[in-house]
Formats: sequence, structure tokens, C-alpha cells
Amino acid sequence: MAPPTQLPDSAGRFGHFGGRYVPETLTAALDQLVEQYQQAQADAKFAQQLQTLLRDFVGRPSPLYFAERLTQQCGGAKIYLKREDLNHTGAHKINNTLGQALLTLRMGKSRVIAETGAGQHGVATATACARFGLPCVVYMGAEDVRRQAPNVFNMKLMGAEVRPVESGSRTLRDAINEAMRDWMASVDTTHYIIGSVVGPHPFPMIVRDFQSVIGRETLQQCQTELGRLPDVVVACVGGGSNAAGMFYPLIDHAEIELVGVEAGGRSDAAGDHAAPLCHGEPGILHGSYSYVMQDEDGQTSDVHSISAGLDYPGVGPEHSYWKETGRVQYTECGDADALRAFDTLAKTEGILAAIETCHAVHNAMQIASRRSADQVVVVCLSGRGDKDAAEVARLRGEKG
Amino acid sequence: MSAIDHLFRKLRAEGRKALIPFVTAADPDLEFTAAVLAELVARGSPLCELGIPYSDPIADGPVIQASYTRALAKKVKLAEIFRMLSAVTPTLAAPVVTMVSYAIIRRHGPPQYVADAQAAGVAGLIVPDLPVEESLALTELCRAAELSLIQLVTPTTPRDRALRIIQSSSGFLYYVAVVGITGERQELPPALLDNVGWLREQSDLPICIGFGISLPEHVRQLAPVADGLIVGSAIVRRIADTAARPRHDVLQEVGDYVQSLIDAL
Repeated sequence: MAPPTQLPDSAGRFGHFGGRYVPETLTAALDQLVEQYQQAQADAKFAQQLQTLLRDFVGRPSPLYFAERLTQQCGGAKIYLKREDLNHTGAHKINNTLGQALLTLRMGKSRVIAETGAGQHGVATATACARFGLPCVVYMGAEDVRRQAPNVFNMKLMGAEVRPVESGSRTLRDAINEAMRDWMASVDTTHYIIGSVVGPHPFPMIVRDFQSVIGRETLQQCQTELGRLPDVVVACVGGGSNAAGMFYPLIDHAEIELVGVEAGGRSDAAGDHAAPLCHGEPGILHGSYSYVMQDEDGQTSDVHSISAGLDYPGVGPEHSYWKETGRVQYTECGDADALRAFDTLAKTEGILAAIETCHAVHNAMQIASRRSADQVVVVCLSGRGDKDAAEVARLRGEKG
Repeated sequence: MSAIDHLFRKLRAEGRKALIPFVTAADPDLEFTAAVLAELVARGSPLCELGIPYSDPIADGPVIQASYTRALAKKVKLAEIFRMLSAVTPTLAAPVVTMVSYAIIRRHGPPQYVADAQAAGVAGLIVPDLPVEESLALTELCRAAELSLIQLVTPTTPRDRALRIIQSSSGFLYYVAVVGITGERQELPPALLDNVGWLREQSDLPICIGFGISLPEHVRQLAPVADGLIVGSAIVRRIADTAARPRHDVLQEVGDYVQSLIDAL
């Protein structure tokens, strides 16, 4: 078997996960994307263009920040935050959308569609499209439009059209369905900028590669600023893009423990969480074979998370592969613990982190508290939490 | 050879074309599905396509999506659908093919799915989210069980790829009329006749056209170049409000509609 960093194979497989299970209508466009992406990778000008954008437009590299007071409060290992929240648009999502927007132009396509859950990917896509003058339509579950109103307005400000999706559970999964259906009819002229490491080949590979700047910078910063590698690296996992981008460059450093944190929701009961790697089984959703929450007939189950960005029944196929090989340990964090971490980080560090990110923060705090002070725990602080402030207030109001 | 191979051999010998209706299983319940299949065959449909409800159908428009949602809201299980088919297929003078997502087949395991389908009297499978590259194992299983595995070619399929799909398809080739999802269209693409004409020159495999077809004029236009025409959303739409109307009226309306298309062949 190929070493992990050379996957996927030509059929888009990570071990036996991944692949391409989509209608024939989309196959030619996916083949074109594979070909154009390979050409772009071999083109020094493409890399240069993307690098310049990441530096001057996004503000990379993002800092690796020592969370001193959080570390004191946990009383164990040193906690460092990889500050993706400081990127332009406030999350890691922009790393991918700029890369895919450049691919859109390269393919000669003139329109972009995207799905979004928390709205961070929608905002990042709208931003990239505004930057390049591409018309942009963002599909967003109607429930998420409600939960993440500030992001909806931001997308509109940048000229994107936001289409609320009323079908199914009215969340991220349904937004992906609608984006795929749009693409079925518009595939000749439109590129679908998918926001996570999910979907049919080559999307899980492309999104991972564009997000890998997170892990590459982290490695370099650890070596130059700390003079050593981290002991543990923690990231939240919905579809799994920030985690894949953080983990992928670290995979071959076997001494680094990698921990992915899924949404534990309200309880372990089916329908109360969004943690397919912890509680699901392999199956097919949105064009790839991976862990998923589904019933005995293969029907996708409804899931729950307090965070719109993790409220997804599937996960990227490479995460399934890393789970199966044991390279990454996957665990979960419940709604209440994520909210507590949101509070703690705000009060100890003056950082409002996205509620998605707070799932990773909670587990990183637990891990740090059990380790000695000479150890280093890095958390991927994948996004900022301004978007969540109103929803957190509403939840507190309901609880009295 | 599957029942579908025999059917098209017979139709060709008689110079006839097939009007293939699509209905969603268990919309609104399995009793109605059994009744509507009987009605469609009685009206002269030589082959019926039964949609297995799926939670995340990518290739389907709002009408068929909604029918799947209605069926799944009542928690219908695949085993119940096969049980209904076991009772109904021996009484029908026409074979039944299932349209089923690979998510469902993969979950049950392809050998189990094929065995269950065969036991229920199903004659073939259309798996809209299984590209030809991924279909090798299922092709072998279907061949051994004498089930047809019907593959799809679309307007976006390059010609060299279309040739590979034809090689792998059995029963008939499903030509997708439009670039897009299922649902009624007023107009069909002008290139359709040429594209199907080219496919005809490549193979003797029967070709049936689906997606977008709903009007007698579509049928008149396409019947000369095809072995069969598939009509789905226009039928499913007529079934959508079954809960609010006498079932007999719905069956009558669906039957009359399909009859009007058959008359246009």
C-alpha cells in the first residue's frame, strides 16, 4: 500500500474509502478537474499566484500563539493556538476557496456555486468570487440561515446570492444536495467549490491540499519558534477540512499524536450527535465511501450539533482511512462542553472562537491538563466566533 | 438473458416501442404502489421502473425528491418493498426494474441486494450514482443472477466513454435527455436526436430515453429513434396528493395520462 502522504490513488481511494459515486452527468467535469488540478500543481506560476494571495489577501502565515493563561488554568502542557481565526474572513475556509477560485479561472468556467453550514465557507467563497469577479450562488440550509444570520448578510454584501434550502433537515447535508443538483444542470459553465474534504474524487484531495498550508506552517513554526515538534495536535472534525489540512503534513511524523474532535451533541443516542467516526459505520454519502450516520437501509440519519459547521452526518474519506489505520485518534465533545470552552477561551485569552473550534479547544484543555509542563499541545483555532455570539445569547436566554 | 432482454427482442420483432412509467415505491404506501403498477401494465406499459426511496437523491428534481421524502417519512424499509414486489411481480405481465442509489446497495452489500432483488422478481437495476468505473463487481453479480444492470449515458459523456458504458450495460442503455436533474421540461435539447442516433450506430443494445419527458409531442418526436421512453416526474406529480383524494380517481388519472403517451408512440 502507498504511504499515507501519497494517497489517494488514481481512483480517489484512501485505502478502501473515498471513490466517486455520482451521477454520470458529473463525471466529465470531475475528470476535467483532476486533469486541470494536476496541471496547476505542475505550474510554478499557479503556486506563486496562490502564495501571493495567501500572504497579501489572507494575511498568512497565521500566528502560532502561546495561550499562556489558558495553559495556567489547565495546569499541564503548554497550549498553542494556530490562529486560523486571524485569516481574512475569520476562518481557515479562505485557504481552499482562493485555490479553487484560481482553478475555476483556469478551467475557463464563469460561475461558482458552493454550500455552506456555519456560513464560513459561504463567506470565504463569496470573498474569493468578489476578488475575481465571478458570480456566486451559495446554498445554505434554512435552519443554518437562521442560526448564522451575520454570515448571510456578509455573503450578500460581497455580491453572492444566498439560496436557503428547505428540503430534508435544512442543514449542511441538504445544502450539499442542492449544490450538487445545481451543478448537474450547470456543469458546463460552473465550478462547484466544495467547502470540506468530502464529496467525490478529486474534492477530498484538492481541499486537503489547499488546507495543508495550516499543517506546513505549524510544523515550521514549531521548529523555528519552539525548537521542537508538538506532542499532540488537536482539531475539530465536521467534514474535516481544517483537521485534514492540519494533520496531513504531520502524518509521517509518527511521534506526534493527532486528535480529531467530532460533535458529541446532546448525547450518544442516534440523532443527538454528529459524530460518524465515533458512532457511525462506513457507507456512501455525497459521492464517497466513508464513515456516515445512516440506518440499516443506507438512508442518511438526521444528526445534531450546536454548531452549524459540524452538523453533518458524514466525514471526509481520508479521516476514515486515518481512523482505520489508527494514525489519528477520533473523539467527541458535547454541546455543553463546547459552550464552556467558548466561555473559557473568551475570559482567559480574550479570544472568541467559533463554536465549531471550541469542540477542539475543550478536548485540548483536557489533554493538556493530564500532561506535564514540558509537553506541547497545538490546537487548530479554525475560526472566529463573532458569528456565534447571538446564538449563544439565545441559548442562554432559553435556559434562563 | 434477463426478462428485459427478452422483452426488447419481442418488441423489436413486433415493431413496437415501450412507454416506461416510473413510480416511487411506498408513495403514499405499498398497497397503492402495487395497485398503480397493475394499472400501468393494464394500460399497456411493457416495463415499469420503481424508484426505491433514498434520503439524498442527487439526480432528482423536486417532484421525485418530495415523493422519496413522503415515503421515508412513513419509515418504509427495503425489505417491505421487496416483500410487496414478491407478491406483485408474478401477477404482472411486465418486468419491473428498480432505480436505486448505490448507498442502499452498498449498505446491504451488493451480493445480498442482488439476491433479494432476484428473489422479489426484479428484472433489472438502474443505479444512478454508480459510474461505470465502480460498477465492475455489481455487473458480475447481476450477470450471474440474470438481472440487467442498466447504465446511463448523458449529454456530458465523452464519446469514448459512452462506448465503454455501452459495453458494460445490459438490458438497455438509459440515455439521459438533458444536462440536469429529473423533472418535466417543455422543450428537449435539439442535439438529442443526433446524440441518440450516434449511439444507435455503435451498438444493438436497446436505447431508452428519460429525464424531462412528459408531453405526447415529446413521445412523438423521440419514439422513432428510441426503443423506449421513460416518464417519471409527470406521473409522480399526479400521485403526490393521493392522501387527499379517492385512490380510484388517482389511479384513473395516472392510467389515462400514461395511455395518452402510449397512444402517441
